[in-house]
Amino acid sequence: MNNYPQVLFKYRRPGETILLPEYEQNGGYQGLRKALQMAPKEVCELVKMSGLRGRGGAGFPTGIKWSFFPADQPGDKYLVCNGDEMEPGTYKDRQLLLADPHQLVEGMAIAAYAMQAGIGYIFLRYAYEDCSQRVEQAIAEASTAGYLGKNILGSGFDVELHVHRSAGRYILGEETSLLNGLEGRRPNPRSKPPFPAQRGLFGRPTNVNNVETLATVPHIVNHGQIWFHELALNPESAGTKLFGLSGHLNRNECFELPLGITLREVVEDFGGGVRGGKKFKACLPGGASTPFLTAEHMDVMMDFNPLEEVKSRLGTAGVTVFDENTCMVAATRNLNQFFARESCGWCTPCRDGLATISWLLDRIEFGQANEDDLAMLKDQVRNIRGRSFCALAEGAMGPVEALVRLFEEEILDHIRKGQCPFR
Amino acid sequence: MKELLPQTEIDSFKARAAAIAHPHELIVDLLRAIQAHSGWVPDDGVLLTAETLGVLPIEVEEVATFYDKIFRRAVGRRVIHVCDSICCWSNGADIIAGHLQKRLGIGLGETTADGAFTLLPTCCLGACGDAPAMMIGLTTYGRLTPEKIDETLARERAAIAAEEPQ
Repeated sequence: MNNYPQVLFKYRRPGETILLPEYEQNGGYQGLRKALQMAPKEVCELVKMSGLRGRGGAGFPTGIKWSFFPADQPGDKYLVCNGDEMEPGTYKDRQLLLADPHQLVEGMAIAAYAMQAGIGYIFLRYAYEDCSQRVEQAIAEASTAGYLGKNILGSGFDVELHVHRSAGRYILGEETSLLNGLEGRRPNPRSKPPFPAQRGLFGRPTNVNNVETLATVPHIVNHGQIWFHELALNPESAGTKLFGLSGHLNRNECFELPLGITLREVVEDFGGGVRGGKKFKACLPGGASTPFLTAEHMDVMMDFNPLEEVKSRLGTAGVTVFDENTCMVAATRNLNQFFARESCGWCTPCRDGLATISWLLDRIEFGQANEDDLAMLKDQVRNIRGRSFCALAEGAMGPVEALVRLFEEEILDHIRKGQCPFR
Repeated sequence: MKELLPQTEIDSFKARAAAIAHPHELIVDLLRAIQAHSGWVPDDGVLLTAETLGVLPIEVEEVATFYDKIFRRAVGRRVIHVCDSICCWSNGADIIAGHLQKRLGIGLGETTADGAFTLLPTCCLGACGDAPAMMIGLTTYGRLTPEKIDETLARERAAIAAEEPQ
């Protein structure tokens, strides 16, 4: 059914894990061999030219991030894989690691070489014990085969990888919080600057990338930047992306699709349309922190820049769809409760602001609000945005801001009727 | 009372801590090991962690209390985390949480009188394609229905009955 070129999911068989012999048969570790023939800077340059942007939510250009890394600095340097994947609606990295975990291991070996970082950590969330076991197995196989360890493939480069199993909390997905978590410190976020590339894990230069981002790297090294660019339907973009579908769709599955595919195609062709023949009302295009899209956005390209042009974000490309019977106040209330509960409490805008928004959304949803509450809600959004210590509260404002912008009439309807019109 | 962690495991953590530059990085691992063995982390577990790794008890406590999957209060033999985030919410998470509460006869955050189950709400489990979902211990269960929950609880009850008492 999915006729688009497959890269990360090419050999995936749901329910099974590809081990080293099969991975090698599929061309595995050829990217690493090729990379080790290049100078580290050339690998960085290739990734930069490929146009790869981070797949973990922020979409920062990966090669540019790598080029900031002080590869020449002596002493310990770290590469960290962010496998926290705790943004509601996001489950793509889990599918990748369950199906074909060597892609991550190879990608990390290449990235480590490109940045001359000899120690790698793979940070995995508590709920992903299934992934942790498979990644550990892949590391063990790769070490035995000489793809990890001392003098890998005779290159003179040493790299070791470790798995860190976390113990909950969404904030750990924020990279500096994650570094504190790895160090065994209380995982509140750190202030930036200094950025992790200057002072990261244990105070040393550290680069943090998402699972999918790193797993894409071997394919870029293998097939080149032109090939990678041509994978995308949007000529200004590059590559495929894992889309995890959820909510009120007929098929809530994870698909590898080209960047630039329209929302309509994702929802109708891959998601099988809205369940029960109902109408599409709205969706989160890329996880809980991305502003809603509505039916008028069906022809927007699912890609970084096109989604920013309609005031949303690609995020993690976890698409959660809501049907026509969904109360958007109630949906936003649920999303905000998540962020409020997961706030680490470090800064006031997040700790108190998100709680205040929860209180206001409760009032609106349960018919106790007046128009002053709506004004206060807008005021809170304005005052939280840009004022929190880390990106958590900023992300939390995504759906709240979109609720006020796109569904103000629905909020007013709650206020006028003195109850939720969907109940 | 049963030991918090077998001596062999304590020794192994001690050896690992001595071999690395930053023993703090083992705090979460050791807390998880104690929890896996003892069910939760009592005050003595915090002290044992501090002593084993050569760090301060407060440094362990500030880590232990941050994470929602480290239990600093006694829990039942099985901890059920039921997801209440958006994808499960849009697929009937309320009905699932309600059914669990009815079947177990407890509210969210409570433990059954026989000490078998603790029921906790949790954020997204990364099983959004299989919503609604819950996790028991480290195992995720998706596409939940009241019937599937009843079967799962019965299986867990039988497994608990076959285990040594704690």
